[in-house]
Amino acid sequence: MADATADIIQSQPQKLTTKDGKPLKAALAASQSRAKRKAFFLVLPLLAFMVLTFVMPIVQMLHQSVYNPGFTIHEDVISKEQTPIMVNLRDWFDENPRGTEPDETAYAAIVQDLIVLRELRAQGQAGTRINYERSGSRSLFTKSARRAPRMEAPFKQALLEIDEEWGDPELWAAMRDASSAYTPNFYLAAIDLTRTDDGSVERVNENRALYVNLFQRTLFLSVLITFLTFVLAYPIAHLLATLPLRYSNLLMIFVLLPFWTSLLVRTTSWMVLLQSQGVLNDAMVGTGILADENRIQMMYNQTGTIVAMTHILLPFMVLPLYSVMRPINPSYVRAARSLGATSWTAFRRIYFPQTVPGIGAGALLVFILAVGYYITPALVGGADGQLISNLIAFHMQKSLNWSLAAALASILLAGILILYWLYDRLIGIDNLKLG
Amino acid sequence: MKTKTILLATALTSAAFAAQAAEVTVMSWGGAYTKSQVEAYHKPFQEQMGITVNSVDSDNPATPIKAQVEAGNVTVDVADVEFSDAVRLCDEGLLMEIDHSMLPAAPDGTSAADDFIEGALQDCAVANIVWSTVFAYNTENNPTAPDSIDDFFNTADFPGKRGLRKSAKATLEMALMADGVPAADVYSILETEEGVDRAFAKLDTIKDDIVWWEAGAQPPQLLADGEVAMSTAYNGRIFNAAVAENQPLEVVWDGQILDFDLFVVPKGAPNVEEAMKFIAFSTDTQRLADQASWISYGPARKSSGALVGKFMDGETDMAPHMPTAEANLGNALVNNFEFWVDNDAELNERFNAWLAQ
Repeated sequence: MADATADIIQSQPQKLTTKDGKPLKAALAASQSRAKRKAFFLVLPLLAFMVLTFVMPIVQMLHQSVYNPGFTIHEDVISKEQTPIMVNLRDWFDENPRGTEPDETAYAAIVQDLIVLRELRAQGQAGTRINYERSGSRSLFTKSARRAPRMEAPFKQALLEIDEEWGDPELWAAMRDASSAYTPNFYLAAIDLTRTDDGSVERVNENRALYVNLFQRTLFLSVLITFLTFVLAYPIAHLLATLPLRYSNLLMIFVLLPFWTSLLVRTTSWMVLLQSQGVLNDAMVGTGILADENRIQMMYNQTGTIVAMTHILLPFMVLPLYSVMRPINPSYVRAARSLGATSWTAFRRIYFPQTVPGIGAGALLVFILAVGYYITPALVGGADGQLISNLIAFHMQKSLNWSLAAALASILLAGILILYWLYDRLIGIDNLKLG
Repeated sequence: MKTKTILLATALTSAAFAAQAAEVTVMSWGGAYTKSQVEAYHKPFQEQMGITVNSVDSDNPATPIKAQVEAGNVTVDVADVEFSDAVRLCDEGLLMEIDHSMLPAAPDGTSAADDFIEGALQDCAVANIVWSTVFAYNTENNPTAPDSIDDFFNTADFPGKRGLRKSAKATLEMALMADGVPAADVYSILETEEGVDRAFAKLDTIKDDIVWWEAGAQPPQLLADGEVAMSTAYNGRIFNAAVAENQPLEVVWDGQILDFDLFVVPKGAPNVEEAMKFIAFSTDTQRLADQASWISYGPARKSSGALVGKFMDGETDMAPHMPTAEANLGNALVNNFEFWVDNDAELNERFNAWLAQ
């Protein structure tokens, strides 16, 4: 026994090796990295999936929000052939600094470019790009391109005859900005700012300001809805957590059933209930609480959005709360009471603090879902119940200003990341408990 | 609905059994309008040509086809769009040009070019109907019947909600007409900044009472439910709800805005050849007349007019329900497509900002 120990002690200065003579450390590392590689191959499908469906689209969105080649490149729909456009004008911009009064060469360059646009049928695309910067420019391009082939020198006069706006310094500033495909202007537009002709930034005309207001409304409504779900969910979750299992399971089904029902079904059910000829109004008129002509407008406005979204998001608050409340030992509160605390103090000092991780998780879930909510406000929101996501959808599907949609979405994303960071700093993300 | 299901079922089966079977996908506006096209165009086309027609719907087909072409993923072969959209999309190079010589002549030999009413044939589009934006009301919810466009904006004497299409087009024109602008001057006034302000100021007076709709099938529903007292609508939708479904709805023709619907083929469409066949087939004299017996929209060919008789119920005369009927043209505005080609983007932008304020 002692000999053997001595042997080991003696052999320690020499390197430990495996049977086939490799150093133990290297052999271990090799086998470990093999295991790691195997593990990596196992997660590889998930990783690829995440990169393809999550990271790439976000990167693409961020890129789109600062990149719009509408005024620089035309791509043919069928052949996919790319043709640079507005080349003459770009040359002129390169030679002349910002603020230079456009001269005859500049106008001649535009007319040449307009002729190219007409041949490519790209005047709408170029005009639309400038229209993003300066409203009213799209028609300028389409109508000028229509007549460009027949124009004769002096071109400045010819263009000004079609429309005096061709002499507007703001238009020239917009064209200069757009002649480079990369631009921060969509972010400016997304917060109701615009560039003036000397390149400085100012607020847009009041009757076009839209997005800051909508961001504020989205934030306000999301906070309100989060608060409402909290107020409604806390007692329900408490009840579920304290009832005997067979009753609480039954009640749980009432929470889960709507959760499993299609979002559209739930939203349209609210429409049936809330509309001015709907169930609620009919009931109130029928019982004489309301006169027939005083039916309350509960839908197609903010009220509709708040009611429907609060109901739809409620389970996301109940479930985390329930999962936190269930394991809370009732003897803590009993102990507090027996030591002389009032029921309010026992709740405030003992019970409530133990549910905070659930509140945090529920609030974060509901808030993040609410900020990006889209279908429900679109259906029941009317005009003043619309959220920023409805405008993003509008620019994606209708106005097709994808760069602005991307900029708005990026701002929303950044806002949520900041809130997440704040949450982490204030409450700590480790305290989050989803169940 | 049933026909659509059958069409869909046929499409699915044929797709399953013969992947190469010829087909064409037609995008239209849904509801009673799509039904009229399915009955008058799709079914006979499918029977006679052996080409399957897939019918898809949208609130306004111009929007999805523009998105499809720009994204390079076109699934629609034929789309039914408004006049200004057809011209605008054509200008932007998003549509195939259509060879008008492929369109059949009228039965009496008049060439298609002479038979179609003025403006109905465009480089990239062939019109099928003349329709109009009117306003309609529910007779049960309006003790006094409104009879002019002013009444639509007069919530003091005609209380109740108003339904309006969520778009600048037609809404601004109607606001101006209600503000006392004669139909002939609407577009010259709307071309100025003050004119646009004036239209929005008029809309402001009823803004709180407006329920916005997007799909053409919504206004008859809103009116029938009593959700709104009056609503703008596509005239044919009101006709069908009133005549085919016996709803107490009535059209007011004062201040109506006439427009074309045209067939276009988006660039990059998967079945261009079938699409062109479909357009030529559907816009012949008999088909256009047939469609008018399903819904009260005027055919775009002069020669079809004489063939339009009664509605499918066999009782109702179609003629007085057409937007082009003499009696209905009293204070009618013809949609100025050039104005909307040029100003659509700007005015809708302003409109959306106004909506959200």
